Amino acid sequence: MALIWQYRFDLLVGLWWTLKLSMMSASLALVLSMFFGIARYSRNPAIRISASVYIEFFRGTSALAQLFWLFYVLPYMGVDLTPTQCAVLGLGLCFGAYGAEVVRACIEAVPKGQLDAAAALNFSWFQTMRIVVLPEALIMMMPLFTNLLIELIKATSLVSLITIPDLTFQAKAVITKSYSSGSVLLTTLAIYLVISLITSTVMKRIETSLSRGRIAEGVK
Amino acid sequence: MTEMITFENVCKSFGKTVILNDFNFRVMRGEKVAIIGPSGSGKSTLLRIIMALQDIDHGKVSIDGKPLWEVNHGRHLVKPTRRHLRDMRSLVGMVFQNFNLFPNLTALGNVAAAPRHVLGLSKKESEARAAALLAQVGLSEKLSNYPSTLSGGQQQRVAIARAMALEPKVMLFDEATSALDPELVGEVLGVMRDLASARDLTVLVVTHQMGVARAIADRVCFMEGGCVVEEGGPEALLSQPKNERTRAFLRAVHLA
Repeated sequence: MALIWQYRFDLLVGLWWTLKLSMMSASLALVLSMFFGIARYSRNPAIRISASVYIEFFRGTSALAQLFWLFYVLPYMGVDLTPTQCAVLGLGLCFGAYGAEVVRACIEAVPKGQLDAAAALNFSWFQTMRIVVLPEALIMMMPLFTNLLIELIKATSLVSLITIPDLTFQAKAVITKSYSSGSVLLTTLAIYLVISLITSTVMKRIETSLSRGRIAEGVK
Repeated sequence: MTEMITFENVCKSFGKTVILNDFNFRVMRGEKVAIIGPSGSGKSTLLRIIMALQDIDHGKVSIDGKPLWEVNHGRHLVKPTRRHLRDMRSLVGMVFQNFNLFPNLTALGNVAAAPRHVLGLSKKESEARAAALLAQVGLSEKLSNYPSTLSGGQQQRVAIARAMALEPKVMLFDEATSALDPELVGEVLGVMRDLASARDLTVLVVTHQMGVARAIADRVCFMEGGCVVEEGGPEALLSQPKNERTRAFLRAVHLA
């Protein structure tokens, strides 16, 4: 433990980067999931098809390959991104594609009768989405988004390979400096575990508050 | 008296299943019509066509004298513009078998949603209208209840208030009391009967509960195989049907 204490600042820097990148790429992924998930339902075929292309492409290629491509290949094409921009863009695009499928599936799970009712009340497409479909789909999305968010937090360890000093990167550095791997790796694992436990607790809270009032009293 | 709903030679199939076969049907303004018949006879499709939730293959449907699906050269139907669809749908309100309330909104929110977002009333005006309608269906106490905390009968009464909030000229009830426990049918039927007492409102009820047909309708149509087989006043048709198929159906219903 003395060893960990000695290198605490290295690990804290790593933790900070991991949290920062998780937040930033999760925000991007959330926006992309919502946009492309809903776009699959657009009345415009061009929008529908581009959404499908995006989803299939980023879901079907490895996140690491995407990161390397952004980091090593784009500069040759004259686009120079900082490592942080590469990381956020790479992870955001990848998890946005997974998220878009979650959004699509949950939208599909809203009972068709609700859509009939919305049409009979003359709601427009946007009103139907905003007033009827999304509030309900959102509750169904929460457990699936929690899964993806935890996956994403763990996937941030990939950015250690494009020179970002995240938790995994720092852990490796500490191992090199200290010639000791066991306790450092154990600590790193524990930190990831704590982050994901906190994440799932917070997400559960949000889910509960979203579904407030909708569960019959007495059936808790 | 003017015609409110007119079907002229309407055909509708789903794949190879013929639902409406050269169907002709007229409802006058203010008339209350019940449609009975075995399942799969096209009753619900008929209502869904009037609500413009379902298109037709060919023929002509008019509501309040205006064609719902424009006819182009010959038998080809042109999709109506969104604006035309909105105008036509604003004439009609529909109540569904499974209520289809929005579970994320309170009773008040469910009823106020359309006046607020479709008619563009202020929040205050739309909620006042919703509260008045909910009072009319006897639910003044339940304004802030979510659908999951209401009984089936209460949910259906909210759904009726919600459909009335846009002040339609035609109200459609698609098996509105069929999903309810027997002891809850009365309260919903009471509300439907109150509505039907409005002279100007045209009411179409699809049901397999003969009590509902008796209570609401001044004309009952027996539908089978995509056609109206027999029609008449409720007493005449339900007590002394002339057609053999009507008799067979009524026998089956009474035995069940």
